[in-house]
Amino acid sequence: MKITRDVVEYLSALARIELSQEEKELLSLQLEDILNYFETLKKLNTEDIPPTSHVVSIKNVFREDVQRESLNCEEVLKNAPLKEDGCFKVPRIV
Amino acid sequence: MKLNFLSAGEIIRSKENTSLLDIAKDCLDRIDRIDKDIKAFVYINRECINRVNVKKGNLAGIPIAIKDNICVKDELTTCASKILEGFKSPYDATVIEKLKNEGAVLLGKTNMDEFAFGSSCETSYYGPSYNPWDKSRIPGGSSGGSACAVSADETIMALGSDTGGSIRQPASLCGVVGLKPTYGRVSRYGLIAFASSLDQIGPITKTVEDCALLLNIIAGYDERDSTSVDIVVPDYTKSLVKDVKDIKIGIPKEYFLEGLDLEVKKAVSDGLNVLKELGARTVEISLPHTEYALSVYYILAPAEASSNLARFDGVQYGFRIKDPENLMALYRRTRSQGFGKEAKRRIILGTYSLSSGYYDAYYLKALKVRTLIKKDFDEAFKLCDCIITPTSPTCAFRLGEKINKPLDMYLSDIFTIPVNLAGLPAISIPCGFNKENLPIGLQIIGKPFDEETLFRAAYTFEQSTEFHKKKPKIKP
Repeated sequence: MKITRDVVEYLSALARIELSQEEKELLSLQLEDILNYFETLKKLNTEDIPPTSHVVSIKNVFREDVQRESLNCEEVLKNAPLKEDGCFKVPRIV
Repeated sequence: MKLNFLSAGEIIRSKENTSLLDIAKDCLDRIDRIDKDIKAFVYINRECINRVNVKKGNLAGIPIAIKDNICVKDELTTCASKILEGFKSPYDATVIEKLKNEGAVLLGKTNMDEFAFGSSCETSYYGPSYNPWDKSRIPGGSSGGSACAVSADETIMALGSDTGGSIRQPASLCGVVGLKPTYGRVSRYGLIAFASSLDQIGPITKTVEDCALLLNIIAGYDERDSTSVDIVVPDYTKSLVKDVKDIKIGIPKEYFLEGLDLEVKKAVSDGLNVLKELGARTVEISLPHTEYALSVYYILAPAEASSNLARFDGVQYGFRIKDPENLMALYRRTRSQGFGKEAKRRIILGTYSLSSGYYDAYYLKALKVRTLIKKDFDEAFKLCDCIITPTSPTCAFRLGEKINKPLDMYLSDIFTIPVNLAGLPAISIPCGFNKENLPIGLQIIGKPFDEETLFRAAYTFEQSTEFHKKKPKIKP
């Protein structure tokens, strides 16, 4: 499996991480190594095997729809790097 | 004797003549004297001394160190990452609530690989921790700081988290006890997620008894974690019995092949003989899909991580770049500067295996092979009550030895990863030392929710050997 710099660039766009030229080159080599290692999985025929995403069976947890206390606005915003008027502040979008 | 050298069990038994305040003081004093060389802690809470004696409970006055990915209200919780620099959690993780209710004294947060991505603690934004047995070596990871702190007697006990071996491997490399509970045994609420289907919080302690004491407190169903399981929590201290006569131990032939250090192999074989002499029976078993576990893990864990780490974008908390020209630049550059190398590598790798066109070949394929790995264990447990393997294929390696070779680093978790994929409990206990006086760990793997058998086998072994009594020589 060849991982070109274009592929890494595409992945960095999807992952919202800017990468330097140097990082892209190193990552394309390292990813290639790691993906080659994964090739071993192809030896296995898994056509009829069901996937396991969780080992325990998970069921949804319901509760009565009643009001209860949650974090107040001040607490929620306490860690925000930028805030204004009780909101998180981001660069202008529209 | 300074009280920081005691185990929780010893403290509890000597309660009348031990001042709880002195225990915390002795731990803080030890930290002040040696942590500049060990670097187990990323944050020390000196105020904790004021909370001693405030609360009664099963861990009243017992100091505990907390891995930096577990939320403690109003205290720094950074996952040893720049991207969470300065973050103070607005709430307590469920395990922290439980510890506080039992009167435990929270000493501070311990170093770890950034977001638990690593096996050596070298990917921490704060720099590495150093193995108390040999400071030129890594302590293991990702819960390396917790293992260091326990091994160097800077704390009485610690919490870590284990996604692919992150409790057991550092416990093994630092010569202490580490338990990964069954998936679902301990609430993950307030544990900053790495790979949600694999992560579990667990104890790192000086003795098997302490491990049982701590699991007693942190285990149990929690409605805030829908993956926690509603099964009665037994009193694990009842399993601290020196008797393995009715226990049948499985020995997987796939775990004793090439790549295993000869001294590690010998120590684990000797350990098995100890248990055999005490009446345990052994049976050779096969876990035929073992060779695929590492690939499955390094597809699934980064895939889940890439999704879990999407929330770190410079908006709600932590690090944020200055003056971004637009929203996309804010995201891209905050994440570029906020995440370290290994975090970026895993996010990119996970993004790849989840991306359209590759999903079936990687992610889905890995989920299917995970089924086969789990079935291997199901079959094996028809023949035995627990499985014994080495915890890590080698003793602690040198700082810098594997940091630029991701695949080599990943291979150091080869014996611990299958356990997470199958959701099983496993404990690592000290079972020997190599010629360079570095600790070796033995892993006991159990059936789901059968931590009791692990405690019984581990306790029996510990009480019949002296390895846990040996301490690293640390200059004060």
